[in-house]
Amino acid sequence: MDENASARLTRRALTVAHRVGLFLAMLLICLPGIWIVLSSLRPTVEIMAKPPVWIPQQLSFDAYVAMFSGIGKGGIPVLDYFRNSLIISVSSTAIAVAIGMAGGYAFARYRFRGKSGMFLGLMLTRTVPGIAMSLPLFFVYARLGIIDTHFGMILAYVALNIPFTIWLIDGFFRQVPKDLAEAAQIDGCTRWQAFWQVEFPLARPGIASAAIFAFLTCWNEFALASQLTRSVNSKTLPVGLLDYTAEFTIDWRGMCALAVVMIIPALTLTYIVQKHLVGGLTSGAVKG
Amino acid sequence: MATVSLKNLTKRYGNIGIVHGIDLEIADREFIALVGPSGCGKSTTLRMIAGLEDISGGDIDIGGRVVNDLPPRSRNISMVFQSYALYPHMTVRENLGFSLKIAGAAKDDMDRRVAEASAILGLDELLERRPSQLSGGQRQRVAMGRAIVRDPDVFLFDEPLSNLDAKLRTQMRTEIKKLHAKVKSTVIYVTHDQVEAMTLADRIVIMRSGHIEQVGTPDEVFSRPATRFVAGFIGSPPMNLHEATVSDGRLVFSGGDSLPLPGQFKSKTSAGDKVVFGIRPDDFYPTGHGLSSGGETEVHRVELPVSITEPLGNETLVFAEFNGTDWVSRMLNPKPLKAGDRIGMSFDLSRAHLFSAETGKSLRN
Repeated sequence: MDENASARLTRRALTVAHRVGLFLAMLLICLPGIWIVLSSLRPTVEIMAKPPVWIPQQLSFDAYVAMFSGIGKGGIPVLDYFRNSLIISVSSTAIAVAIGMAGGYAFARYRFRGKSGMFLGLMLTRTVPGIAMSLPLFFVYARLGIIDTHFGMILAYVALNIPFTIWLIDGFFRQVPKDLAEAAQIDGCTRWQAFWQVEFPLARPGIASAAIFAFLTCWNEFALASQLTRSVNSKTLPVGLLDYTAEFTIDWRGMCALAVVMIIPALTLTYIVQKHLVGGLTSGAVKG
Repeated sequence: MATVSLKNLTKRYGNIGIVHGIDLEIADREFIALVGPSGCGKSTTLRMIAGLEDISGGDIDIGGRVVNDLPPRSRNISMVFQSYALYPHMTVRENLGFSLKIAGAAKDDMDRRVAEASAILGLDELLERRPSQLSGGQRQRVAMGRAIVRDPDVFLFDEPLSNLDAKLRTQMRTEIKKLHAKVKSTVIYVTHDQVEAMTLADRIVIMRSGHIEQVGTPDEVFSRPATRFVAGFIGSPPMNLHEATVSDGRLVFSGGDSLPLPGQFKSKTSAGDKVVFGIRPDDFYPTGHGLSSGGETEVHRVELPVSITEPLGNETLVFAEFNGTDWVSRMLNPKPLKAGDRIGMSFDLSRAHLFSAETGKSLRN
């Protein structure tokens, strides 16, 4: 066997090993998800079995049917929760992204007094765990009378997301060369037009990622929501999961089914937005 | 088409002055080059004319209209950036037509003007491509096309060729010159490359530390530099500049060697004056190998050792040692020489320059 043949063989073997490795890694990452989907489809006995039953013996959609069957028939107000989650997540994401764009742009483009201090301050708020804020927040909200309202939840989530959206969007605006906005102004744009016509389209991947992250944070948040919501008025899906816990029992199957219902919109949204996440759009703007 | 006039134009950032009250009159259809080393304020001046930079004092007048506080879009200018600044998310066609679209031009008018510009610059093949699919020279052409389409009063160029390689730069230089001949508008061109300035401009403005050192035609700034700085900046290889003291009708250099004081400066200096003597490599040459061999009026000949030579094919740069330092000379019809050879060198003193050591100003006038 000559050198080339053996090199070719080694390369093939490495490719195969590489793919197997990737598959195993992906399997490990996906396992919790797969387990949730499986658990939502099989009876509690099988979920709790020890040793675990890997291959399901019987599958049914009972849990899903029950979930939507209404109170008293094993159902929970899932549509109300879904609506709350959607309203709160979408509104707070939209607001956080709008403020993040304004703030990120300002940090990327303008020089002003106290700039680095402000930026650091924003980042420091991220170091406080959200749950540590839940009790103080509860007191303040109770005084203001905004416990168990959409407004209260949106306010909390906007505050939670702004530092992150500003930070992420700032980075993307920094990558858009300043010359482009200047060229646009010379080409007849106002400052405002230059932003929307040139800088915004180029920072869009960053803004889209900020939006996804903000949305997922709101959609999945549990610690604050469990304190600040009470009823179907404002309870979100993650809090709704608690409806499956009773004094002595936990309906794991129902809980998993609701989790699947939660995951699907988040997954769909991520899938839709991901085509906007293509980086490197600015290449060719300036020398390079 | 328009004249541009700068009156006492000033730019300060806080207490730091960048441009110190410059005055400049640019005629209609004139090609003006602003040159100077980096940090001399030439780009800032251009950006102030463009309206991208606020002015701290003075007036900018374009076509008889003071535009001090007008936004860039109201000045009817266009600008070619060093980085090209093409919009990466638009095709070449969209890039060219962008200003017309913003101005709300009719579709057929827009198509016609884009087609005109693209024909002038040979961009027809590239109209549907995006900037990332173009080479450096092509991007440069698109940037120029975008400027032409607007049909501006004044073209501003901010070091447009400095990102190109040497060969392409020469080629694009020719294209810019042709373009100016075609579109016949006022051009203000910023560059740090004196060759670009000399080859392109009708007049050159040489700037240093926020001041104008000299304004003149390429020939004027080359043959009659107003200051020591201009003398050293314009010309390649640069002028030999050495400090000397006037004594007994001679220039005595610090190393002890001396030259006769050129005749034209005799009445302008007195004994003990500290001066800077300057002579271009073209006017200091191996005897018999100069530009004006034979016709000189005031030649001083000495024999000097060669320290190094740089053959360029049609000519050779000979570094000869005089007064303890190397003086560069240009040898036409070159002969092989090697380091250590002693050769006869000629100083054409009628073409020498003398500057005040104190102020740096030329003593010629």
